[in-house]
Amino acid sequence: MSEAHRVTRQQVEDFLYEEAALLDAWRLDDWLALMTADAVYRVPSNDRPDADPRDTLFIIADDINRIRARVARLKKTDAHAEDPRSRTRRLITNVRILERNGAALRVEANFSVHRFRRNDGIRVYVGHYRYDLRVEDGKLKIAKREAVIESMELGALGSVSFVL
Amino acid sequence: MNDRQWIINEPEAMRFRVNRATLVDPQVLELERRRIFDVCWIYVGHESEVPAPGDFRTRIVCDRPVIFCRDSRSRVRVFLNTCRHRGSIVCRETEGNAKSHICFYHGWSYNRDGELDGVPGEDAYPPSFRKSDFGLKEPAKVASYRGFVFLNFDAGAMPLEDYLAGTKEYIDIVIDQSPSGQMEVIRGTQDYDIRANWKLLAENSFDDYHLISVHASWLSYLRSSGVEMKRPEKGHLLPGHGVCKALGNGHGCTDNVNFRGRPVACWIPIYGEAAKPEIERIRAELVARLGEHRAARVADTNRNLFIFPNLFLNDGSSVTIRTFYPLAPDRMRVLAWALGPKEESAVARSVRLDSFLTFYGPGGFATPDDIEVLETVQAGLSTYREVPWMEVTRGIAKQGEQLNTDEMHLRAFWTRWNELMQPPMNAD
Repeated sequence: MSEAHRVTRQQVEDFLYEEAALLDAWRLDDWLALMTADAVYRVPSNDRPDADPRDTLFIIADDINRIRARVARLKKTDAHAEDPRSRTRRLITNVRILERNGAALRVEANFSVHRFRRNDGIRVYVGHYRYDLRVEDGKLKIAKREAVIESMELGALGSVSFVL
Repeated sequence: MNDRQWIINEPEAMRFRVNRATLVDPQVLELERRRIFDVCWIYVGHESEVPAPGDFRTRIVCDRPVIFCRDSRSRVRVFLNTCRHRGSIVCRETEGNAKSHICFYHGWSYNRDGELDGVPGEDAYPPSFRKSDFGLKEPAKVASYRGFVFLNFDAGAMPLEDYLAGTKEYIDIVIDQSPSGQMEVIRGTQDYDIRANWKLLAENSFDDYHLISVHASWLSYLRSSGVEMKRPEKGHLLPGHGVCKALGNGHGCTDNVNFRGRPVACWIPIYGEAAKPEIERIRAELVARLGEHRAARVADTNRNLFIFPNLFLNDGSSVTIRTFYPLAPDRMRVLAWALGPKEESAVARSVRLDSFLTFYGPGGFATPDDIEVLETVQAGLSTYREVPWMEVTRGIAKQGEQLNTDEMHLRAFWTRWNELMQPPMNAD
């Protein structure tokens, strides 16, 4: 049995819940430690949810270097869109393992991310994650993390200035 | 508001102030809708977005739903997306290709040329009823310049090319990136609201004074990624020399020596070693086609080009088309696309899109901070009765060249805005 076949849905759920807790707590360095050395983080444009960032404009299409730079930027006080930082609370549900292959798992989950800022309405980002997870040294890691926002346009959600 | 002065423009006294009520008052927005958006040329889309007969995109332009499309004879057309019978929106898809557009209320159908070609139960209409009188309406004028399509709701408007005035020279520089002179809009739309008055984005999109403060974290990202930046020269705030220009009819631009890397064609480490030969090849093609001087103009300078009242063509980390519409005095909708040469290689296209996201867009390393600052300004403007004036005098005492961190181009925008907002001579 391959490494991925030994991973249960409950383990995947625990992993995603832990990731969500790190992000809600703004423990960005700990979050970064969940990434593989070749990880990508993407948010597609709302009108092209199933596209390739090499030929389509995305909202976010980070390789691992850009993910690190994003974290470094968000930790500064001159990342003004997140200073003071938003409070977020993430609800992760409908976790499904779609495919297992060697050490790799393809996982999808639904999300509802509530974002709060002072003197501002609640912004609710609803969508689904597409994960490629990989078992490395017996632990789950994130090789790909794509957050697809379901709304037809960003509209009142404004920007995606935090890690969605 | 009507009895108040909107701007104070006294060149001799070196005074230029904007009344903050212009950014808050609902009556001002109502007047802007009539006196600015109904008489100026307004961007609709780019010809490349509807390449084949029957291709269409539906958009809302100045609160009007429109169908932006290519007709049966391959001409680009703009139709007002409302059924001539009872008013419903006819085409409800975002984009596609259609032989006809059918209103689902009573089934009236319109062909690619906007002609009414089907009316269920037509025999119940009187003898005077002729289908040819009920085609989809078009705006008073539609015209394009080098692929950029504009409409005008004013039948008496000056021709588009006259209106564009000095901006054409800058549009041409952007288009010279393409060997065939054809740029295309790349798939993927950034469509987001900003809780601020639309004029704040007009200012912000070509105000380089805010770059070092609002975008400090972007500048440190570039530095830590190995982009070499010189210390600003004396009298400058930014690493490279740059100026602002007024281009007529309220248009303007910044015109800057590049310091930030450009997909066409200045390689920076962020693009990766593997892309270096391709960027060099693009550079060589430019030189061969345009000569050293023009190639340097295209490849080594950046421009944020403002076409009054609500369109930017920003050519820096990448090329973006950005247009925006007021939804309320304190809210606007922004649409942004990436533009690239039609014949661009897969490698170059990928660099262009990646470079775009280093700066631009709601998830980039700079635009979210612009959104934040405009919303922060708007929140501060609620004090407009107590603190009524904006100060817009940077550079006003200088003779000759105005830097990109000066405000001459912003004054040109506000001056034109103020001219258009005056009551017509034959007041209605």
